[in-house]
Amino acid sequence: MTALDEPTPLTTTGTRTPSVHEDAGDKPRRTSWVLTIVVLLLTCYFLFPLYWLVVASTKSNADLFSSFGLWFADFSLVDNVRTVLTFQDGVYIRWFLNSILYAVVSGVGAAFLATAAGYAFAKYDFPGGKALFSIVLGAIMVPTTALAIPTYLLFARAELTDTYWAIILPSLVSPFGVFLMRVYAADAVDTTLIEAARVDGVGELRIFFTVALRLLMPGAVTVLLFALVSTWNNYFLPLLMLNSAQLFPLPVGLAQWQATAAGGSGAQALFSTVITGSLLSIIPLVVAFLFLQRYWQSGLATGGVKA
Amino acid sequence: MTTTVPTRAVAPHGASSAPRARRGLSASRRRQIGAAYALVLPFLVLFVAMVVVPLVYAGYLSFYKKKLIGGTSFVGAENYLRALTDPSFLSGVGRMGLFLCVQVPLMLVLSLFTALALDSGMMKLAKVARLGIFVPYAVPSVIATLMWGYIYGPDFGPIAQMARGLGLGVPPFFSGTGIFFSIINIVNWEFVGYNMIIMYAALRSIPTELYEAARVDGASETRIALSIKIPLIRPAILLTVIFSVIGTFQLFNEPNLMRTLAPTVIGSDWTPNLYAYNIAFVNQDANYAAALAFLLGIVIMIISYAVQLGAQRKERRA
Repeated sequence: MTALDEPTPLTTTGTRTPSVHEDAGDKPRRTSWVLTIVVLLLTCYFLFPLYWLVVASTKSNADLFSSFGLWFADFSLVDNVRTVLTFQDGVYIRWFLNSILYAVVSGVGAAFLATAAGYAFAKYDFPGGKALFSIVLGAIMVPTTALAIPTYLLFARAELTDTYWAIILPSLVSPFGVFLMRVYAADAVDTTLIEAARVDGVGELRIFFTVALRLLMPGAVTVLLFALVSTWNNYFLPLLMLNSAQLFPLPVGLAQWQATAAGGSGAQALFSTVITGSLLSIIPLVVAFLFLQRYWQSGLATGGVKA
Repeated sequence: MTTTVPTRAVAPHGASSAPRARRGLSASRRRQIGAAYALVLPFLVLFVAMVVVPLVYAGYLSFYKKKLIGGTSFVGAENYLRALTDPSFLSGVGRMGLFLCVQVPLMLVLSLFTALALDSGMMKLAKVARLGIFVPYAVPSVIATLMWGYIYGPDFGPIAQMARGLGLGVPPFFSGTGIFFSIINIVNWEFVGYNMIIMYAALRSIPTELYEAARVDGASETRIALSIKIPLIRPAILLTVIFSVIGTFQLFNEPNLMRTLAPTVIGSDWTPNLYAYNIAFVNQDANYAAALAFLLGIVIMIISYAVQLGAQRKERRA
């Protein structure tokens, strides 16, 4: 793997443009229109459901079924949003806040734990370190949903189900994050820097908090983003763990509304509410992804190039 | 971003203090070991509590059985033997095997094609395409399934509306085989972009000198992609294959939500995970559910291990 010793592309992928490749050649590559059209058609396929979601969110429940699905009818977006926010005493807002709480606490916690552990695995040779790291590496392969039922059974025993902890505690553990941070720390923190701090008499833990942590930040933000996304999107674990609607995150709540709507027991008006609620729920992450491109790309690069 | 360029690949620990450390452990070495444990410990405690203990507990449960009279008793491997002859579990595993063979190649070929196209520098609007294809990754699978569920709708879905408008038959999205491909489409929609980005990032890290020579010799871009680029990003491709294998066998969200739209087609045992969930929560049989979860984990690990082994063997021959 020739790419191993060259960390530069990993951290700059987001800002590099095709011109880097073109500079290296003698003549600029000609544009292939066939390729451009094929890939842009594919892009349309990936944007199509989102387009549909935006259009459908502007329709009243009646128009949803009587008008053409891919074009606008009477504009009822404001009414729909009002219904989403007030239906069942505004439980949707509660779900939104729950989702934020679960995702932020799990994301920050998982990133911090993975950064500390990854740094230690990369920069210290300690008894049992290699064995522990291989166990953590092996755990990446443990399927999360196969683990969810055992975790539920254990939490039921400890009477921890149907609490915030039931979602947060399992989400704090990211073996893949530890792997990523170990790879990242090996390159990002120069060992001579640690040595120099030691010579100056700085304690080991202070070296981590004052010198290394700053250098590890880009990697840590990547782990944070991934933990954030996986917790925000998680459905299976909260479905198992939670009974009270007051504790639901958005996906579980919306799925419940959808089931009620599809059940059709006089709750027909729910369809436009489910659709508008879905649109509102994906906005934060889509926006975050557009603005934080640099981080998730470098993170995926580290995982993909170095694995 | 401050990354120092070539550093040593091996983790060097207090190398300069080595002479002093020869006689027993020096104070500084002891401090380092202490710090290492202090840094690993918080993660490790949670790792043990949230991964190791649940697995051990589930393993323990799987050897017991709740009897109608006489409470819970040790039954040895009975739950496992039951699972291995349980048509519901076996058909679910078989269905996921088939799903794996159809969905994963389709998804990864699309990911690889788009990644190579973006990397070729022969495209206009490459940045728009990259973001547009990746954006579904930010959409929760629950929302993705809800959207596609409405789009597939046989009465009011836009595809059915268009088909009727053109005088064509409405596609059978919710029929027995139709649902299989409907779910494949949803999973592809969610993950093509994610895998594309992994491959694209790997492509960007290939030094251009490696194929500049071939280009000067007049090799076509397609030829360069097939003979130089793809072999060089094999580790990234392998990673996407393994993650896809793990993901496929755990399939739950999409079929569970589609059940509300096609209850007669997707049974409670459509995927092994759906089945284990129903055993645990509808049948209230924690012992058998634990055995099923364990077996499913073992199936996944065997297959992803086999994939890795196969790839390594191929690499050695090459």
